[in-house]
Amino acid sequence: MPTDIKTPVLQLKNVQIAYGQIQAVKGIDLELYSGELVCLIGANGAGKTTTLNAISGTLPIRAGELMFGGNNIAQLPAHLRLRQGLALVPEGRGIFTRLTVEENLRMGAYTRSDRDGIEADLERVYTMLPRVKERLAQVAGTLSGGEQQMVAIGRALLSRPKLLLLDEPSMGLAPLVVEKIFEVIQTVVQEGMTILLVEQNANLALEFASRGYVMDGGRITLSGTGAALLADPKVRSAYLGEEETA
Amino acid sequence: METLLQQIVNGLVVGSVYALVALGYTMVYGILGLINFAHGDVLMVGALVSLQVVLFVQKTWPALGAFPTLLIALVSAMAVCMAMGYIIERTAYRRLRNAPRLAPLITAIGVSFLLQTLAMIIWGRNYHSFPQLIDTTPLQPIAGVFITPVQIIILLSSACLMTGLILLVTRTKLGRAMRATAENHRVASLMGVDTNKIIATTFVLGSALAAIAGVMFSTNYGVAHYAMGFIPGIKAFTAAVLGGIGNLGGAMVGGIVLGLVESIGAGYLGSMTDLCNLPVWAQTANLQETCSNGGSFELLSSNYQDIFAFVILGIVLIFRPTGLMGERVSDRA
Repeated sequence: MPTDIKTPVLQLKNVQIAYGQIQAVKGIDLELYSGELVCLIGANGAGKTTTLNAISGTLPIRAGELMFGGNNIAQLPAHLRLRQGLALVPEGRGIFTRLTVEENLRMGAYTRSDRDGIEADLERVYTMLPRVKERLAQVAGTLSGGEQQMVAIGRALLSRPKLLLLDEPSMGLAPLVVEKIFEVIQTVVQEGMTILLVEQNANLALEFASRGYVMDGGRITLSGTGAALLADPKVRSAYLGEEETA
Repeated sequence: METLLQQIVNGLVVGSVYALVALGYTMVYGILGLINFAHGDVLMVGALVSLQVVLFVQKTWPALGAFPTLLIALVSAMAVCMAMGYIIERTAYRRLRNAPRLAPLITAIGVSFLLQTLAMIIWGRNYHSFPQLIDTTPLQPIAGVFITPVQIIILLSSACLMTGLILLVTRTKLGRAMRATAENHRVASLMGVDTNKIIATTFVLGSALAAIAGVMFSTNYGVAHYAMGFIPGIKAFTAAVLGGIGNLGGAMVGGIVLGLVESIGAGYLGSMTDLCNLPVWAQTANLQETCSNGGSFELLSSNYQDIFAFVILGIVLIFRPTGLMGERVSDRA
């Protein structure tokens, strides 16, 4: 083993994912190193959400390797992947609408038994998301979309993950709310969290991300630093809604 | 008035047994969207196993008192039924988790037949009399109402069990995980919940309650039989639908309401259908003769009390399919 190269937190090697006969992800490679915010952008149906679901374990992969913390987790069921430190905030937030906000947050700490640690982490989430604290006893289904997204992120953090997967946190939210969500994401990154972010709002995602991958038709077509991708004319025309200046 | 009070007491007793069974239906429905039609037969197995154990204990340790004997029988019946609930979920329902809804439903009916047939092979087709371990002679009547020690025990223990279940579901980590799984299996698994384990636990809990209900049922009526689970099963299902299936509080309320309606109805069914109430011109000569010396001709006796459950089931399904307390069915669709 070469010691001069850092081992990635997450590494996908030639991962293929299919729904029945339809191949949604056609062999992708992807790496994430500790402390990075990496984004995965691309058009609708490019396979971004499919990839996140496969990493989190709610979708099986057809071929390839899924290395997390040095182990191949491809065969591990979702609930055991969480125990290893992988948390997903799913597309559409996946809030338990009939549970209260506090119960939702505590579900995030389901696998933990360190009572003091849980209470301390709850307090940290409350300071990060003051809006959430005001609504602890409320049934989560009555929250606004932005508040639900905050709860979903807070809930994922309560499992103390090593890697946080975020699927379209800006979906269906007003620009002002999106800004708040990204502030929260930035705070989390500054605290040292490693994040893989799937986002349709490529402009915003690339602005925050240290690196990015561009997906198209189930393949990764481009990768590079956030700034480089933002400047890339192909990315600009395809995903940022600008005319290609030839 | 005394009849009414008496029937209310009887109704509460039967109703709380229905409620215990209805909880099993509703918990499984809440978490899997499956009507477990084999649930009534779990009650039957509970009753027959406890009967077997009572007979065995009485033969082996005749000096043991009534309560310890019944307690041993109850615990054994619960253990057998819990194991059975686990096995049923594991072998019959788990692999059909993602199948179209009709498949597990038909499988449930199949499991019901299987359990009945197995019980028939083991215990035969005859009615077995269940030893009266607890006094079934009524106590001194209060306000003209008779109540037996068995009935008091049934009422108290069901109240405790239901309170316990509510606390378990609303206050504990397991209960939270059950509710989370009921709402969304996938997201629950993303929280680290082993949803298979939670679903199995739900079956095991429901089966334990059915076993207890089975012991109560046969202690109260003094009989056990391989097909005895069918009618209470259907009635508990009705109770669960009445209360709003998937809703725990609803199952309890539904059970009690059904028990009350049935028993009050049975109390008055005879006089309600007495043909002597008809105006004289509408009566035939024979009927007039029967009625003339203060007689009666009751069309339906209290043996027909079972019709109430089915009438209620029909009415609820037509007019309020979500049940009394069910507001959730719509967001499931």
